[in-house]
Amino acid sequence: MAVQDAIIGWKTITHGCHVLEPGSTRHFKTGDWRSMRPVVDKEKCIKCGMCYIFCPDMCYSQTEEGYYEANMDYCKGCGICANECPKDAITMVPEEEE
Amino acid sequence: MIPELEKFKGFSAKRLPKEEGLASGHRGCQGCGEVLALRMVMKALGKDVIVCSATGCMEIITSPYPQSAWNVPWIHVAFENAAAVASGVESALKVLRRKGKLPKKHIDVVAVGGDGATGDIGLQWISGAFERGHDMVYVCLDNEAYMNTGVQRSGCTPYGAMTTTSPPGKKSIGQVTWKKNIPQIMVAHNIPYVATASPAYYLDLMNKIKKAAMVNGPAYVHIYSPCPTGWGSRGEKSVEYARLAVETKVFPLYEVIEGKYIVSRKITKPKPVSEYLKGQRRFRHLTEENIAYIQKRVDEEYEKILRLAELT
Amino acid sequence: MAKRVGIEVSIAIAEAVKLAQAEVVAAYPITPQTHIVEHLSELVADGELDAEFIPVESEHAALSTCCGSVAAGARTYTATSSQGLMLMSEVLYVASGMRLPIVMTVANRALSAPISIWNDHQDIMTQRDCGWIQTFAENGQEAVDLTLHAFRVAEDRKVSLPMIVNIDGFTLSHVIEPIELPDQADVDRYLPPFKPKYKLDPKKPISMGPVGIPEVYTEARMAHDQAIKNAKRWIIKAWDEFEEVFGRRYNPVEEYRTEDAEIVLVTMGSISETAMTAVDKMRDEGKKVGLLKIRLWRPFPGPEFRKAAKGAKVLAVVDRTLAPGASSGPVGEELRTVFYKVPGAPKIFNFIAGLGGRDVTVERFEEMVDKAASYAKKRPKELYEVIGVREK
Ligand SMILES: Cc1ncc(C[n+]2csc(CCOP(=O)(O)OP(=O)(O)O)c2C)c(N)n1
Ligand code: SF4
Ligand code: SF4
Ligand code: SF4
Ligand SMILES: [Mg+2]
Repeated sequence: MAVQDAIIGWKTITHGCHVLEPGSTRHFKTGDWRSMRPVVDKEKCIKCGMCYIFCPDMCYSQTEEGYYEANMDYCKGCGICANECPKDAITMVPEEEE
Repeated sequence: MIPELEKFKGFSAKRLPKEEGLASGHRGCQGCGEVLALRMVMKALGKDVIVCSATGCMEIITSPYPQSAWNVPWIHVAFENAAAVASGVESALKVLRRKGKLPKKHIDVVAVGGDGATGDIGLQWISGAFERGHDMVYVCLDNEAYMNTGVQRSGCTPYGAMTTTSPPGKKSIGQVTWKKNIPQIMVAHNIPYVATASPAYYLDLMNKIKKAAMVNGPAYVHIYSPCPTGWGSRGEKSVEYARLAVETKVFPLYEVIEGKYIVSRKITKPKPVSEYLKGQRRFRHLTEENIAYIQKRVDEEYEKILRLAELT
Repeated sequence: MAKRVGIEVSIAIAEAVKLAQAEVVAAYPITPQTHIVEHLSELVADGELDAEFIPVESEHAALSTCCGSVAAGARTYTATSSQGLMLMSEVLYVASGMRLPIVMTVANRALSAPISIWNDHQDIMTQRDCGWIQTFAENGQEAVDLTLHAFRVAEDRKVSLPMIVNIDGFTLSHVIEPIELPDQADVDRYLPPFKPKYKLDPKKPISMGPVGIPEVYTEARMAHDQAIKNAKRWIIKAWDEFEEVFGRRYNPVEEYRTEDAEIVLVTMGSISETAMTAVDKMRDEGKKVGLLKIRLWRPFPGPEFRKAAKGAKVLAVVDRTLAPGASSGPVGEELRTVFYKVPGAPKIFNFIAGLGGRDVTVERFEEMVDKAASYAKKRPKELYEVIGVREK
């Protein structure tokens, strides 16, 4: 691997390689791993939060009206939320179709 | 009843803590049931915690330098020794508090390891820590193989499963041994709290973690953790498999509080194990006969737990 | 007033750890380290030392536990030997890579097989490259002083590296010597409380021990290498301060009768005492012989050694380990590198002696000096020679 591939210098690397910023993986957007995205049908949604609790990527947050919305910056498109939604309110749609 | 648990109030679906111990952007596979379980563990623990991880998938996917998914203090030293590292952290907090160098406020010390880290290579370190009585919670995230190194068998790999080191062939059905019963080994240490949990039953899981953290002394929680990559199952099915494992009695949920067995969810109308086995590539090669054997053994093992619950 | 007492060296080391007010001690027994940790557990049981003594189930667990306790901010000590050090090996590298300032005594002992509880340096030499600062004590007083020095250096924020004090098993650990145990007040003056720059703290969460991808690993190793090299300055400074407080002087390399010496013996650890006797004897006989004692092994004090060896024509370097299949012993190899292509460098001959508890007597040192003198005239066939080995 060439020298220029290094992403940090030995003088700037942190003490003992400690990571000083908690939760810093949020700077890495995993959204582009996705080929399918979840789309919520608010008509069917009963605001139960199952999608929120079962997402392995902490994507969902609650909107002011109480619905749940997934952050597409991180959603990997696994489909657990759609599978677990008790009301089948979530559909996984291919990325290209929008 | 353990006095510490008298104040225990369970979580409810309506009022789940907002805080996340783990941040998005971790490198877990799509639909990883292990990181989902870990997320729930961390949610139950809150902020005042120090986590000691064993090497394995969860450590790798949460700590790609210069980033970390951890919102709480976290340390990883090696594969087999998380329980010893946690012993050190716990002892340090104890002496520093005694000497007035730390506030009295309680900090939970938690060790986290995979089934390999826990049931195979690290068993001695956990045994030592439990025997010494350190106030810690040890969480085993059991995805039933060494996933981080490419799906090799572990002692927790279920009978018949295909892994890269238990391949089915002319002379083998795959994993030839029955799953090692790690929770029972922990019970034998006479620690105050042992439990099994599944991310499909998230409130049960979080409540058990909370209790484990509340009791003084060592506590152990063994969590079933579906791994779509290693099992050859579909990512969206991770929670479904976690539920099926319970509903088929493959993975019984129970607590052992001061030696007393309490079945968390008694399965009166079990689904057949075949329903659980299908759709997972690791079991695809099994014959009807193999499945009948598994069914029989699963029933027997479940009966043992019920009997223990009656006896204790 | 500091008191001078006749005391077993292991007990004295435990007393030094008490004077340093270690807060966590995690250890597993192995001969000849046992007396140190037994005494520490007594001190804790009697309430003389306010610490957590953790009787772990293995040496691997001992050092793993130490990693946790020091990372959480407690002054941490352990001790081991031989097979125990080998079992720890994995964690040694982790502790230094994570910059965790643990202090450890290694009571040096041979390695199996065949199993031997007796003294040599084979255990520690397998861990030569583990990235810890390492010193070697020559006598009981040094063992005590270097222990205090180790806490001072390791925990210094400018250093923040773990440190090993090597003491020879039995020949040092189990002998009774007159030792001056320092006053608590002086120790407190010398050794400030442990205040690590980074620790595991829910108020300020950090992650320790992440994954190093190829894009960072080389830089991480380089940073570690530079840290231990830079540490030399602070190691020496801490010896300067030690002299101010306690009146005893230590150097990375100690010279003994090296003025005008042509043949210089090089030793580490307790055999240096016999070596001095041998030098005195040979000097009396008119031989121009001197001795260099290596006290600081890692980081290796190359410039200091070259300076100390100035004028010597021949070095007779004693290694207390045999590295099967290697070109020479580790100390011999180190010094050949240190003098490589240096103008006027002395000729270096390497002797392996004192394995598995075999005495290195005055006569043996004389033999090495004589051999080195003759090899200087006629190059030997081998790059090293095992001293005092019987053939049939
Ligand atoms: C001493 C040692 N042996 C082997 C390894 C290689 N190794 C790293 S993680 C791992 C498997 C982890 O399996 P498990 O504990 O079940 O965790 P998972 O990755 O499945 O979550 C292995 C074998 C290691 N890092 N250290
Ligand atoms: S799981 Fe379905 S019903 Fe429940 S909140 Fe999410 S979208 Fe709505
Ligand atoms: S598809 Fe998967 S990653 Fe995306 S929001 Fe749903 S559960 Fe989360
Ligand atoms: S291999 Fe399995 S356990 Fe590991 S991150 Fe992927 S899905 Fe999760
Ligand atoms: Mg595993």
